Amino acid sequence: MIKGRVHKYGANIDTDGIIPARYANLSDPYELGKHCMENIDVNFSKRVKLGDIIMATTNFGCGSSREIAPISIKGAGISCVIAKSFARIFFRNAINIGLPLIESKDAVDNTDNGNELEIDLSSGKIKNLTKDKIFTAIPYPDFVRELISAGGLIEYTRKRLKIGGK
Amino acid sequence: MTIAEKILAAHASKSKVKPGEFINVKVDLVMAHDLTAGIAVDQFNKIGINKVFDPKKVVFVMDHFVPNKDVVEAEQVKSLREFAKKHHLLFFEAGDAGIEHVILPEKGLVLPGDLVVGADSHTCTYGALGAFSTGMGSTDIAVAMATGEIWMKVPPTIKFVYHGNLKRWVGGKDLILYTIGQIGVDGALYSTMEFTGEVIDKLSMDSRFTMANMAIEAGAKAGIFKVDQKTLEYVKKRAKRPYKIYETDETEEYSQIMEYDVSNIEPQIAFPHSPENTKPVSQVGDIKIDQVVIGSCTNGRLDDLRDAAMILDKKKIHKEVRCIVIPGSQEVYLNALKEGLIERFIKAGAIVSTPTCGPCVGGHMGVLASDEKCISTTNRNFIGRMGSPKAEIYLANPAVAAASAITGKITDPEEV
Ligand code: SF4
Repeated sequence: MIKGRVHKYGANIDTDGIIPARYANLSDPYELGKHCMENIDVNFSKRVKLGDIIMATTNFGCGSSREIAPISIKGAGISCVIAKSFARIFFRNAINIGLPLIESKDAVDNTDNGNELEIDLSSGKIKNLTKDKIFTAIPYPDFVRELISAGGLIEYTRKRLKIGGK
Repeated sequence: MTIAEKILAAHASKSKVKPGEFINVKVDLVMAHDLTAGIAVDQFNKIGINKVFDPKKVVFVMDHFVPNKDVVEAEQVKSLREFAKKHHLLFFEAGDAGIEHVILPEKGLVLPGDLVVGADSHTCTYGALGAFSTGMGSTDIAVAMATGEIWMKVPPTIKFVYHGNLKRWVGGKDLILYTIGQIGVDGALYSTMEFTGEVIDKLSMDSRFTMANMAIEAGAKAGIFKVDQKTLEYVKKRAKRPYKIYETDETEEYSQIMEYDVSNIEPQIAFPHSPENTKPVSQVGDIKIDQVVIGSCTNGRLDDLRDAAMILDKKKIHKEVRCIVIPGSQEVYLNALKEGLIERFIKAGAIVSTPTCGPCVGGHMGVLASDEKCISTTNRNFIGRMGSPKAEIYLANPAVAAASAITGKITDPEEV
């Protein structure tokens, strides 16, 4: 169960906005998290409390293939991203590194910046506690579900190749 | 099926694939660069396999922050060099290199009909050769390095048809900026953009690379062109292995067809902070600039430098403007030198750099300060892309960039 406050943005939030390339040589998620969103929202990382939620409208994560984009979001303490649509490389990257993404037009249209949400990832139920409203996420395709339940792409591949436990 | 679907089907060992279907494909080449290969190597090591699927099909290109701009980068490149050596990978840096999307086609590493994945969003550039190529993150690339396979969802294909005759100084960059201006930065989300029409038939290979390169800027998974005489001329002298040519079936139905008459379009300028904010050059008004960048995987090829040199010939760059010219590869650099282009740039007062991504990604060689304005032939004008988040980036073709360097403000090449 996820519970946190919403930090709401608009359309086409790009990867240079999420994490500038000048930090591409950092690898620690926490360090990357300190610079998350700094190009477009200077105080973002200071404002975020552990478990908070990023919300945006369409095409979230467009631009570069940098995997440090979802890593920095996770490192900043964000528990999930809700949007009307995601850019495709960002979608793959987030699933691969275990940052939950939720597609729900309803939730985005009916939630304001600062609202508190409670989300059940397994059922896809999104509850807006501030407004007392419930929305449902668009379910993942079966294959993506399989990836997530395997524990991500690396674990999925290890299973496919029949490589034993860690 | 469309060209893209046929390539995907062939690499999934299927006779047919449909948009939306999840498939597992075999890849012909896997690429990563100095900023993305590090995570790919870490993830590769986690898989627990001790060799890459085929060392001749895995390539690392050091291009973003090279020649190494600081100690952190130098250490990163050092460890990638060691990994590449240990696994006998193709590894390009320094004298034999350049920007990945310029050198891979040049070296004949990508050929028509190939399926290529790279840990870089502009991997879609190779669609100009009639290949299906797409960008992914480092973890996906690690799995492709280990297994030679990766999962994909078959994208629908949108057909773009361009009619008419292009005006002088209007090229591939303007066609793609114009298109993105029309459909928006998510106008082709998850799709393949297939570029066709009589205008495309006449377009040079370099202009086709520019267009395929920016398919990602419309949200596309790939951009693709059919193989014609021009493609074959480009490929024949470079290919060291057989390749396959695919064509879209006559009866194929596309998810969408967009037709444009481009006879009257002018050079296009994308205003800050999105490639979709396009305007024709005659409507930009008075925009003073501090810096000009001519280069990148979008416009760092020989035709691009020729256009810029033609404009700059016997002219002087405005004294308050820094004009940085970056050939996309050593091959481009050498050819530009032989043709006398480099001399023209220097005489005009431009800086010529060794091939690198450099300022395109705010790395080095021309990072922007706050409140500076830059006109650039690169592909993204996002906030903070080239340095300070308070800087402004305008995207344009090389002729417009060069003309602007002379006058110190955004200028139509017809006016210099
Ligand atoms: S030139 Fe720019 S867009 Fe192209 S690969 Fe380098 S950083 Fe990326």
